Amino acid sequence: MIPRYQTVLFFVLLAASIIMGAVLWQLRDRAEQRRLQAQASTPTQAPQVAPAVQATLMVANDVDDSMQERIFSLPLPPSENARARAILGKLLDLYAAPGATHPVEGGSSAIAQVFLKPVNVSATGGARGRRAANAAAAPEMAVVNLTSAFAASHPSGIETESLTVLSICATLHANLPQVTEVRFLVDGQERLTLAGHADLTRTYLTAEAAPTAVVGAAP
Amino acid sequence: MRWSEAALLAAAISLPSMAQAPAAPAARFVVVLDAAHGGDDTGGHSGNWTEKAFTLALSVRLRSLLQARGIEVVTTREQDETLAAEQRDAIANHAQAQACLSLHASLSGSGVHLFVSSLAPVQPARFVPWKTAQATAVARSLGLAGVLNSALGQAGLNVTLGRTALPVVDSMTCPAVAVEVAPDPGSGVTATESLNDAGYQAKVAQALAGALLEWRQDGLGESVHDVSRKGARAP
Ligand SMILES: [Zn+2]
Repeated sequence: MIPRYQTVLFFVLLAASIIMGAVLWQLRDRAEQRRLQAQASTPTQAPQVAPAVQATLMVANDVDDSMQERIFSLPLPPSENARARAILGKLLDLYAAPGATHPVEGGSSAIAQVFLKPVNVSATGGARGRRAANAAAAPEMAVVNLTSAFAASHPSGIETESLTVLSICATLHANLPQVTEVRFLVDGQERLTLAGHADLTRTYLTAEAAPTAVVGAAP
Repeated sequence: MRWSEAALLAAAISLPSMAQAPAAPAARFVVVLDAAHGGDDTGGHSGNWTEKAFTLALSVRLRSLLQARGIEVVTTREQDETLAAEQRDAIANHAQAQACLSLHASLSGSGVHLFVSSLAPVQPARFVPWKTAQATAVARSLGLAGVLNSALGQAGLNVTLGRTALPVVDSMTCPAVAVEVAPDPGSGVTATESLNDAGYQAKVAQALAGALLEWRQDGLGESVHDVSRKGARAP
């Protein structure tokens, strides 16, 4: 015969498990609701839904070693880093299109990331974010991280490599005038040249990447 | 970075990596031909075509044309070997040449691309920083590019003129131009076929040789200190 106190304990524990189960179920439901609500209220990542903004692309031309200014209306995300990446992606999409004036494979996926950071801030400086927030018009350096697949498939040559580098610099400066310096990485690492010629170890000055003077970088 | 005269002097005393600017202008006329790439560094390539082989062949062809006209030629390489930028520059700067051509080739673009260093010109000094030694010669390099441009243009070749940062050229103390040969736009053949065409190679080499002869005749390769002697030599 089961003692009475054990029967009581059994029913008490059973009731506790059922209640706990119900509470858990409700918590899960609420969390799911919160997640869906958050998703609905944050700006979407998809550029198709972002408002269209005018962007200036400095499009390279291999025939006469020049760059031509072309205006596009592009749906651009609000974040500056994402915006810079989207604009450069469009530029590289033009280069990957058939009949391009500066044919280079890869398209927009060749730009892994673009980071903007204030110029002249030491790498160990802890107040980077605060300073960036305070000084909207302060000069910035853009770090353009290219994919190794892009570098590997880029045509080799002084002219073609310089035009890719300089048109990226000039396009960044045309849309984000505070960007005065550009550095390049490939898969997050420093690399000697793009495809055997254009020096990727140096800091490029956007002021020198003007379309009228196809010139190089800071010594 | 701009170097003040004082900083330059201080650097000249403290830093070992300095190139000595030519002390006295040479009476002889020397041309340095640098066949870019070589050995492990193929440069551009497609199928059997390699940039390193093209530049060596062009260097050999151009050397013959210049030597036949009595011009002293120094080449950075005569075979398929790996050479560091510093080795090329050491050869070029030791030669105290009146013209240095860094020879490249590309399957992209068309005609001949000429590049002068993007360094801002500075006054010649006894000692100059190795990495930016070309700054003292940039003005004369632009002159050399102009002569090459008109000679190539007269030969019916499509020429583009630009400025860029190339470590090999940036460390040269001579008037220096990077010459990048691209396919002939009017050839109607593939890029590699055009660059492999012996007739096209000869046309480019002859135009370059003609330009260097003109450069010698005009005495333009000489440094500023030597201008006074120019009149005596010019016809
Ligand atoms: Zn090359």
